[in-house]
Amino acid sequence: MSASRPLPRWADIALLPALNLLLAFLVSGLVVLLVGENPFHAIQVILYGAFGYGDGFGYTLYYATNFIFTGLAVAVAAHAGLFNIGGDGQAYVAGLGAVVVALALDQTHWLIAMPLAVIAAGAVGGFWAFVPGWLQAKRGSHVVITTIMFNFIASALMVYMVNRVLKPASTMAPESETIEVAGRVPQLRQFFSFFGYSPVNLSIVIAIAALIGVYILIWHTKFGYAMRVLGANPTASRYAGISNSKMIMITMTISGALAGMVAINEVMGVQNRLVLDFVAGAGFVGIAVALMGRNHPIGIALAAILFGALYQGGQELQFVIPGITREMIVVIQALVILFTGAMEGLFRPSLERAFMLLSPEQKSEAIAVSTAKPES
Amino acid sequence: MNTQRPETAAVPQPANGWAIELEKINKRFGAVHANKDIDLKIARGTIHGIVGENGAGKSTLMSILYGFYTADSGTIRVNGAEANIADSRQALALGIGMVHQHFMLVDNFSVLENIVLGAEDSGFLKPSLNRARKELDRLEKEYALEVDPDAIIEDISVGQQQRVEILKALYRGAETLILDEPTGVLTPKEADDLFRVLETLRAQGKTVILITHKLREIMAITDNVSVMRQGQMVATVKTSETSPEELAELMVGRRVLLRVDKTAANPGKTLLEVQNLVVADDMGVPRVKDVSFAIRAGEIVGIAGVSGNGQSELLESITGMRDQKSGTVILNGKPLSLEGDDGAARARQAGLAHVPEDRQRMGLVTTFQEWENAILGYHDKPAYGSGAFLDIAAAKKAAADQVKLFDVRPANINLKSSLFSGGNQQKIVLAREMEQDPDVLIIGQPTRGVDIGAIEFIHNEIIKMRDEGKAILLVSVELDEIRSLADRILVMFDGVIVGEADPATATEGELGLMMAGINKTAPRTIGIAEQGPLP
Repeated sequence: MSASRPLPRWADIALLPALNLLLAFLVSGLVVLLVGENPFHAIQVILYGAFGYGDGFGYTLYYATNFIFTGLAVAVAAHAGLFNIGGDGQAYVAGLGAVVVALALDQTHWLIAMPLAVIAAGAVGGFWAFVPGWLQAKRGSHVVITTIMFNFIASALMVYMVNRVLKPASTMAPESETIEVAGRVPQLRQFFSFFGYSPVNLSIVIAIAALIGVYILIWHTKFGYAMRVLGANPTASRYAGISNSKMIMITMTISGALAGMVAINEVMGVQNRLVLDFVAGAGFVGIAVALMGRNHPIGIALAAILFGALYQGGQELQFVIPGITREMIVVIQALVILFTGAMEGLFRPSLERAFMLLSPEQKSEAIAVSTAKPES
Repeated sequence: MNTQRPETAAVPQPANGWAIELEKINKRFGAVHANKDIDLKIARGTIHGIVGENGAGKSTLMSILYGFYTADSGTIRVNGAEANIADSRQALALGIGMVHQHFMLVDNFSVLENIVLGAEDSGFLKPSLNRARKELDRLEKEYALEVDPDAIIEDISVGQQQRVEILKALYRGAETLILDEPTGVLTPKEADDLFRVLETLRAQGKTVILITHKLREIMAITDNVSVMRQGQMVATVKTSETSPEELAELMVGRRVLLRVDKTAANPGKTLLEVQNLVVADDMGVPRVKDVSFAIRAGEIVGIAGVSGNGQSELLESITGMRDQKSGTVILNGKPLSLEGDDGAARARQAGLAHVPEDRQRMGLVTTFQEWENAILGYHDKPAYGSGAFLDIAAAKKAAADQVKLFDVRPANINLKSSLFSGGNQQKIVLAREMEQDPDVLIIGQPTRGVDIGAIEFIHNEIIKMRDEGKAILLVSVELDEIRSLADRILVMFDGVIVGEADPATATEGELGLMMAGINKTAPRTIGIAEQGPLP
């Protein structure tokens, strides 16, 4: 008969993730210690590598751009009660839309090519999520299963498309033709020399726009309202006359389109061509980003920067400390995902109890609520 | 009237002595004083009722007695000896057993296995079961509690399951039984059976503590009754010396009208017409079989029936939440198109409001703030924003108006809906549906789990809607509620409307027989044609 009350908002969105992160770093520090290196030095290197100078910071932002898109994709679906774990595949096939438009328009101007490529990539990525959405809405196939299966279909399809369709006869490497400069998304370093040689590009502007757009969509539109009703209580949404099947299909399409924006960053902003596996797992990092960011755009932005910093700082770490290998970096990233994503509720019960002890009013309110329930 | 201190003097020292004596029990949860100086004496071999509104402290008190909580101060005496009850095992050892509102049974075990569960004699099951079978046989005979020991729990009725719970307590040697809202899940017939069982228990010298909010049951079965209000014991009286009105007043702290005050209906033109409706449940089993009826402006039609006879499916299909197999629903002369999973939206647009049976599962999104629930189902209306955007200010204004009109407490539209009490949640739903000025209002279980004070308010609002010329369809498992609110009663049994009754003349017995499907030979005054010319 323990009564608990939800944490205050600030503790839920700030304190809890911070504690989880701290624990992740503590355990990571132990791992570093076990390999015989100094964890404090390692942290210093990561922080400097991620934020300390223009190039490093640029890389952090470049990674964060991808994670914002995939994190938002997961969050939008999550608000409607859907778990889209196919962000990877959706971003991957969206590369087709981006590269086709960019190659077709690379003799014009990026101001023409980029918006059209955004639409094309969004459409293809959206379609790749719409199909699982349609299957769930009409046939009852769960999106968790279908989206992950679509990841595999996507990678097989892309291998075929790159090797058989997009690869020019003149090259041996499995990649598309290179996009001319006019069709590329401009690099931020063209405007701010601060960013050195880092690949951060104007896609980050789309990412920021997407953050704001998703915020408005979820909390300020009727569609977002319907989405949240569906996500919180599907029976109530049927009661309210909201078409659950339609909502599932549209939401999945929006989610896939957001994931598809990764292709703009990668294909048109960094690689300047379509290469195999350009998504590099960003879709899955998006799940951790959305979890840690509590499906809120502000949280997602912060979490995306954190993961961007881990990626970039991690690269730096293996240069500076030879004892820490690439695999060690993956271990540290995995620990962060484990503690902030998979085990994000670890501290919740004890934190709730701590808050109750600190505040008698909350405690009595909690008891009043929990004792009133069994009688009603 | 004395509403101050416990009138323990009203109950003199009984012949058989006291089974339970509670003295100056105090329990605090932080700032909430859930039990304040509670004195309670329960005579052995009696049925003692405890009534009070939600949150009055009944459950806390019983939890202290059963060892879930420990009192901050005060003494408990069982059979005259002071007892320190730290957990339910000790309570059982002292002969105190509890039948919970929600049964604690393993669904796919047999009756016998459930009874033995947790009271096995040894590591091997067989001897325990054999002993239990003999003991059970004796208990069943002694207390007239017939249950098939080999039946699987999920196959037997709710009333039978409750018997298993009682047998479980008796098997463990309970001398005093605490029953928490035992009739909430029972049909009237099952409730009567339960009362017979309780009477037998009393005759055999057992003591029964009955927690309920149904005053009719208190009057029917108990010897003494204690009333709790806001953590205090406000009175303990002999049941024969009190009345439901007095108890209601003691519970709420002010005068309460138990009978609904209403004038005769003045029906106008037909607003809702249901023709030959056939509806199946999720498994494809037909639950509503060719049902037809009509409701006119300014009348309340009540559908009575034991729950599970198709009422839920009927409501859900009329309101567009469930697909119908065949039939027509005509609203204001126009057929409603309800197919598809957004049928409820079209029903609302046509002027049909719906207060669902299960407010927490259907009528509310409990994780939402109050104002977000105040527009549920109506969020697409231009009043709450033009185009794609939601006009949050307009929605909040509507919510604030609704909260004020229906006296929702606390009057905080930014509070999470799950934090409101059951009665206030129901008011939120009612306010939302009634304030949209619908032509037809469909209400399922208007006062389920709602405090007595709020029930009065809700009933008055429903009557007010009727007097404004709305057509109201009311489904409730509370026969009393239907009888006092409805102008016409349709009785539903096994998916069919088996009869119509006039609430002014029909007796509970007649209705009960119809609800049990026994009165099938009675003329079926249903269907449009048989209702005579409509104005």
